[in-house]
Amino acid sequence: MSSLSRSPWVLHYNATSCNGCDIEVVASLTPMYDLERFGILNTGNPKHADILLVTGSVSDRSAEVLRTLYDQMPSPKVVVALGICATSGGIFAECYNIKGGVDKVLPVDVYVPGCAVRPEAIIDGVIQALAILEQKYKDGTNPLRPDPPEGRLKRKP
Amino acid sequence: MNQVNEILLQIFGNQNNFNLFLRLAGYLILAPVAGGLLSGIDRKLTARMQGRVGPPLLQPFYDVFKLMKKQYIIVNVFQNFFILLFFVFTVFSGALFFIGADLLIVIFALTLGGVFFALAGFSVNSPFSHIGAERELIQMMAYDPMLLILAMGMYLVTGSFNVYEIYDYGHGGQALIYYLPFIFAGYIYILTIKFRKSPFDISMSHHAHQELVKGLTTEFSGKYLALIEITHWYENVLLLSIVYLFFAFNVPLAVFMVFAVWVAEIFIDNTYARFKWQLMFKSSWLVTAVTGITNIIILYYLLPKK
Repeated sequence: MSSLSRSPWVLHYNATSCNGCDIEVVASLTPMYDLERFGILNTGNPKHADILLVTGSVSDRSAEVLRTLYDQMPSPKVVVALGICATSGGIFAECYNIKGGVDKVLPVDVYVPGCAVRPEAIIDGVIQALAILEQKYKDGTNPLRPDPPEGRLKRKP
Repeated sequence: MNQVNEILLQIFGNQNNFNLFLRLAGYLILAPVAGGLLSGIDRKLTARMQGRVGPPLLQPFYDVFKLMKKQYIIVNVFQNFFILLFFVFTVFSGALFFIGADLLIVIFALTLGGVFFALAGFSVNSPFSHIGAERELIQMMAYDPMLLILAMGMYLVTGSFNVYEIYDYGHGGQALIYYLPFIFAGYIYILTIKFRKSPFDISMSHHAHQELVKGLTTEFSGKYLALIEITHWYENVLLLSIVYLFFAFNVPLAVFMVFAVWVAEIFIDNTYARFKWQLMFKSSWLVTAVTGITNIIILYYLLPKK
């Protein structure tokens, strides 16, 4: 296991969640579940984050914010959709102001369903995201070069 | 290597049997290791105090290695240059301390490093970073008088500003702490600011709780964020070494006190809520006035006139 998957810092964004899933995200930081065991820190700053946790379905308004947050995160980065609203839009999917799940806006790497999503499921989802983070680093997003152009850069062999 | 030692000896005076070059190299290599381990102990102890399991002891190293692998985003050509200067001057300050140079220069170099850190915060456009930088400057104003009074007190007792003479004074069996108990107490108070521990972590915080989106470090990412962390480790080792000077007459006691101070700071971190900057400023100057100046006045009457 490399240092990438030993120290994932997460950024949590509430797209239009009812707060049920957000409470569970906070719960997973408490002594009961203790996310920091895995070196996971909850940061409020996209520039320090490796994993973007999104709760709630994406509306027209929150889509812009979500995209901005994602763009500000340094690569390699992964997106985890938490809760059924974030994975598919949930019961709000047909609303006039709702685009749907997070994957309508961002490339989602891990889907964690549940209403509300359980802390155990959140931890499991984040741990699965770590493997993807490692893979993305190996695949050749070149993190050492600042401001890479759109698309992936292949590392020289 | 011996030539370097000769040059260093010529500049910094003749010292008993210590190879300055080895000591310098030892500091440069071992300080980040020790600082990272101390930080790991901090994370673990904090978690235990909160009833959590906590991360592994080596977690700070994992964090730094991870940050080195990440992309870094630059919003301004100056921002990372200032961080480099912050690193260079802090390491320079610690290096001067460990080869036994003038304590005043050590303190000035440390302050200069801090100024560059605040400038790094001002060089970007983020308002979070600006507030963090302003608070960093206020913190520096809050702790600097105490550091100067500490150097003055050590000078009054030992008759020299040179770290190696102060060290020799203690090593010769005379206890600096007997003459400077109040200054030591005041120093512990401002150490809370320097370590960025909880009542005073207003410019940036080290834990999962955060102030103003991580304050000063808002716009820094990747290896430059790692560099800030490593600089902080160097700084912590230097500050704890000053604690050692107070107890240099008894090595086991000195080592014990260094760890006791570190654990005490972690305890304070976990039992206090964050102060407002006004309260931090007033209280630290009040503590400086009461402990530092009182101790200097007592020393003036206590010590024989030269």
